[in-house]
Amino acid sequence: MSAVLELRDLHVVLRQKHRSTELVKGVSFSVEEGQCLGILGESGSGKSMSMKAAMGLLDRSFQISGSALFQGEEMLCRSAEELRRIRGGRIGMILQNPMTCFDPLYRIGFQIEETFLAHNRWNAAQVRERSLEMLGRMRIRSPEEVLEKYPHQLSGGMLQRIMIGIATAMQPALLIADEPTTAIDAITQFKILDELLRIKAEHKTAMVFISHDLNAISRVADRIVVLNQGRVVDQGDFRHILHHAKDPYTRLLVEKRAAVMRRYRGILEQEAVYA
Amino acid sequence: MKRYVIRRLLMAVPLLLAISFVCFVFINLIPSNPAEVALRVQQMPVITEEAIAEMEEMLGLNKPFLIRYFDWVLGCLRGDFGISYVNPARTVAGELARCLPATLQLAAASFVIVVVLSIPIGFLCAVYKDGWFDKIMRGIVFVSTAMPAYWVGLLLMWGVSVKLGLLPTNGSGSVRHLILPAFTVALSYISTYIRLIRNNMLENMKQDYVLYANVRGLPQKSVLVKHILKNSMHTCIVAMGMSIPQLIAGTIVVENVFSWPGLGTLCISSIFNRDLPVIQTYVLLIGVLFVAFNLIFDVLQTVSDPRLRREK
Repeated sequence: MSAVLELRDLHVVLRQKHRSTELVKGVSFSVEEGQCLGILGESGSGKSMSMKAAMGLLDRSFQISGSALFQGEEMLCRSAEELRRIRGGRIGMILQNPMTCFDPLYRIGFQIEETFLAHNRWNAAQVRERSLEMLGRMRIRSPEEVLEKYPHQLSGGMLQRIMIGIATAMQPALLIADEPTTAIDAITQFKILDELLRIKAEHKTAMVFISHDLNAISRVADRIVVLNQGRVVDQGDFRHILHHAKDPYTRLLVEKRAAVMRRYRGILEQEAVYA
Repeated sequence: MKRYVIRRLLMAVPLLLAISFVCFVFINLIPSNPAEVALRVQQMPVITEEAIAEMEEMLGLNKPFLIRYFDWVLGCLRGDFGISYVNPARTVAGELARCLPATLQLAAASFVIVVVLSIPIGFLCAVYKDGWFDKIMRGIVFVSTAMPAYWVGLLLMWGVSVKLGLLPTNGSGSVRHLILPAFTVALSYISTYIRLIRNNMLENMKQDYVLYANVRGLPQKSVLVKHILKNSMHTCIVAMGMSIPQLIAGTIVVENVFSWPGLGTLCISSIFNRDLPVIQTYVLLIGVLFVAFNLIFDVLQTVSDPRLRREK
């Protein structure tokens, strides 16, 4: 099976006036069709940075080298316009902080419409039909009203679902979720993860799930890559990471997680005794 | 919305009363006797004690301080703002009405120049940040902010009018007369707004919604104009609105440099002639303009920002 996205020895260097800092130091991994790759790591470990570099989302102060192949084609040498056409169309992306990701001055309907029109030649009726269909698929109640709303009038969970809807509307070959569950509450988090699992199962979409939340990643990811300080430090499935992590940072993460779970179970059991 | 506007208008009343009182107090602290100066301006050959007393009687200057203030407020309410000391045949309202159109013309021309130049230049500076255009403009902005308006006016007069003979040095009446003074008034505002728009746009470019617009693959032009520029303009609207009364008030110096027959020239000659009611009313007028434009642009901002608008 061929890889949908493959990074080979990707380096990202931030060039400032007097010094340059290497943020991503040779990262390689790949995602295949219908597979979900989890990228685990703390803030500043280069998880989002390497994906943004591959998608051409970094500005000129970043110097990128190595190779990023999307469906076998090199992404790093493409023009800005070619990358724009791929983004939002063949590659969908979901960001954290849904509350701040929509432009506050425009209605949701307009923002969905401009995304559709950036990639398709649809007329107004088609756009409206597809927008409503997309909101329906994301199980958003009274979609006609939602189209007329401004972002601040909707909840974070709703905006996150709309974001997933926009990202998947054009049937992308690859879906990148950049910490999609960080800014929302636990129940919404659970539903969003369900949504992602459903999309993966239905469309065989390759998925990259970036998170520092071991719990969230263990639910959706088939394979996990652990990044620390710009390097891949561990790779494997969840079980492998749980029991055979070589890197001290990964082990720390797993141990803390296990400790929290033990404490949580302990409390639950105590309550069961008292009841 | 209606209630908000009415409340703001009611709140403006005590504010304007306070402004009028403060400016009345300060202007009446001017040491020389306005009656004496008025007689001198009217070229009375011999100024006697009796003549001064008669003039004081006529202008109401012999009345107590608070009564004089009260008289002036009554004049404001009547709409004529009292009479001019120097030329008692004329009302202050008449004097201001004579000079206001010229100043409004100058301020409007300057405002158009400010908007037309600063928005595109600020936009291009932000888009090509640290490029040659941005660097050159930043230099010009830096220099022009530091130059006082009257000096810029004199330089332009010397360069454009005297050396090149392209435009008249002073006076009014045609568009050709308007160009130099309007540009002089506009210059410092242009620099301020280029910087404001540039920095606002750069600030907006770091926002999540811009990243997300790029993630959705929107065309670059649409991201820059529809999203970044619109959001930055939004914060600039209020600053621009508040610069309109500043422009009207700020023409004083430039009007005198170019002998522009507007409010500024009137104000300066009134100060020399101790024509107190005219100065007071001028200060009050500027106060009213500030209060009015503040209100107008607060309302405009509420209308243009969906987050401030009330929707069911």
